[in-house]
Amino acid sequence: MAAEGMSCAACQEVDDEQRYAQLDDILTQYQGVQGALIPVLQMAQAIFGYLPDAALRRISTALGKSYSEVAGVVGFYSFFTTVPRGRHLIRVCLGTACYVRGGKNVLAALRSALRVEVGETTPDQMFSLDVGRCFGACGLAPVIMVDDDVHERVRPGQLMGILDKYRGGGATEQDAAQSEPMREEE
Amino acid sequence: MIHLTINDTPVTVPAGTTILHAAQKVGVRIPTLCYVERLQAIGACRVCVVEIEGMINLAASCSMPVAEGMRVRTNTRRVRQARRMVVEMLLSEHDGDCQTCDRREDCELQALSAELGIRSISFTGQKTGKRIDVSTPGLMRDHGKCIKCRRCVSVCAEIQHVGALWAQGRGFDTAIGPAFNRDLSTVACVQCGQCAAVCPVGAITEQSYIDRVWDAIDDPDKHVVVQTAPAIRAALGECFGYPPGTLVTGKMTAALRRLGFDAVFDTNFTADVTIVEESTELLARLRTALVDKQPVALPMFTSCSPGWILFAEYFHPQILPNLSTCKSPQQMFGALAKTYYAQKLGVTPEQIFVASVMPCTAKKFECQRPEMCASGTRDVDAVLTTRELGKMIRAAGIDFDALPDEEMDAPLGLSSGAADIFANTGGVMEAALRTAYEVVTGRPLPMDNLHVTPVAGLAGVKEAAVTIDQALPDWSFLNGVEVRVAVAHGLNNAHQLVEAVLAGEKQYHFVEVMTCPGGCIGGGGQPRFTDDNVRKARIAAIYREDEGKTLRKSHENPALKTLYEEFLGQPLGERSHHLLHTTYEARSPV
Repeated sequence: MAAEGMSCAACQEVDDEQRYAQLDDILTQYQGVQGALIPVLQMAQAIFGYLPDAALRRISTALGKSYSEVAGVVGFYSFFTTVPRGRHLIRVCLGTACYVRGGKNVLAALRSALRVEVGETTPDQMFSLDVGRCFGACGLAPVIMVDDDVHERVRPGQLMGILDKYRGGGATEQDAAQSEPMREEE
Repeated sequence: MIHLTINDTPVTVPAGTTILHAAQKVGVRIPTLCYVERLQAIGACRVCVVEIEGMINLAASCSMPVAEGMRVRTNTRRVRQARRMVVEMLLSEHDGDCQTCDRREDCELQALSAELGIRSISFTGQKTGKRIDVSTPGLMRDHGKCIKCRRCVSVCAEIQHVGALWAQGRGFDTAIGPAFNRDLSTVACVQCGQCAAVCPVGAITEQSYIDRVWDAIDDPDKHVVVQTAPAIRAALGECFGYPPGTLVTGKMTAALRRLGFDAVFDTNFTADVTIVEESTELLARLRTALVDKQPVALPMFTSCSPGWILFAEYFHPQILPNLSTCKSPQQMFGALAKTYYAQKLGVTPEQIFVASVMPCTAKKFECQRPEMCASGTRDVDAVLTTRELGKMIRAAGIDFDALPDEEMDAPLGLSSGAADIFANTGGVMEAALRTAYEVVTGRPLPMDNLHVTPVAGLAGVKEAAVTIDQALPDWSFLNGVEVRVAVAHGLNNAHQLVEAVLAGEKQYHFVEVMTCPGGCIGGGGQPRFTDDNVRKARIAAIYREDEGKTLRKSHENPALKTLYEEFLGQPLGERSHHLLHTTYEARSPV
């Protein structure tokens, strides 16, 4: 749903003014469109990396939806967040298949490697840790997603290698934009 | 037509009818909880489930339409067990303090538990956390009691077009409330209290000012006066078991006196003042438009209903110049009680305490608006709802049934029948036309029994037109003018009307808006439960009150003539301007 090139959550160089201008463009485009709220929220989150209060208020006004309704939708879907996230969002699947095939251990390993709890962001603003309930890749369980990349059959021992790739900086933005799963060597 | 059977009884109903309504036709009662007439049925609570032959799962009868040949059973063991389980689960989560709860006498959850014969709760588990929100002057919310039926969400969004309350979060942690579960004061809420009116439990009700009023009554240095809105007399009886639509004006007056108020007055008095001021303002606007050919904000909208004022300030700030500058009758009363009446008594405004009894929760907000201090102090000190007055009367041990009928005090207790009908949708318009037409033509409004029938009744938006002829010389510019008026009640109807006016699709001279469905008789502070039958009964009572009076036009009220001669001078005069008129401010809805 999110427009190409908008998933630049980590583009530190883009200042707020530009982000809000981008949001306003979207809002103009979606004004009066039925069912616009969720796609607009997705795009807004892609622009800001999270859903800042000021953006939600702007969305509420432009779409003619009450602020409480907008907040209700944001709070309902775990995909949406109102707290700023790190450069990379790691989501560990705890759906049934991933859970029974070790997702819980993967999560524990990530918590200790990153020294953060679920929902938190590392002090260097590099990684945010979250959990998900089934990404639809049960055959590849356990899976984690880093930004838009799916990592399959993850074992705790591989995690440092995966994290390092993202810590590397340069490579990661392209990876996220391409949303191509990175193949891990068995 | 669709043919089906309910408990083996054949029923024939139009397609699209729900099972619930079909059952009502054959006298089969299906218990409901989240369902409210006029609102979209959402089948959220599952209390109304029924068994349908051939269907695996039970169906929510409030939202399931009938189908040809359907065989419905409403009273099987499976149905009874399912209903009990649903209610037991609600009870297990509900943080009830049933002995002391505001709703202990009319709690729908408790009534349902009794109806289903529940004597114990099979589930133990987490209770909804208690969280009390008293951030607004009008309303009190107790999160722990909320059973998430979402009636308030529907009424706020669908009927009132406000959307202050919504489901926040998900699963067990779902809470019904303002954005991010913050306080109600952080969102655009118009304080109308329709949420409180439909809440089945004690989760939303008015902020109570009963103690403040008792304190004033017990203070020997205060002269405590009370005003009662026109809608109270047609509903207060319900607090004492009288059927809806029973007029209790005389008993109410007697009860107020026995509670210890020093003077018992009538908001109707200032409703008459409102009509005189507002119709003068309307005619002045028409003169500006038609004679001076100057730009002037038309149509003019009424300004008696504080929820509507807040709605316009939040959502339609561009029409604020169109709102009549007249304060509401409540605030006019406060300003006059603490100036005109204080002077007569020889006391200062501070020595007078003005209590109001209103059918309304927004009035509690209105009296606290910073500009409502025309007397130099707060013009209205405390606002009680009809429900609160009922509680005070009972707490005082007054046998309401045994009370004699008494008359209100002079001079602020005298009023016309035109003031009575302020209580219902179309009433302010009718009252204004009775006066304006007569001012302009010197003849009474040429309508049957002075009633403007096209703007009466419960249709959402109503229109009427009156053509002026043979106007008095002063008003000859109105000869041949067709004065077009409209009436809306319920803020969604008002919203649609405003949009149509702004888009140029509709042209009117004068528009009446009342916040609540049916007008003030259906206000957020009235005895529960208010459905359309109750609304109609209360409206009929109000018209009876009007028709029973010899004085039926505001401008003929002799107490008003004295007021203008002794004190105000003339309508829209300098003193009126200071005491009786106000300004509005645009507010941000987010």
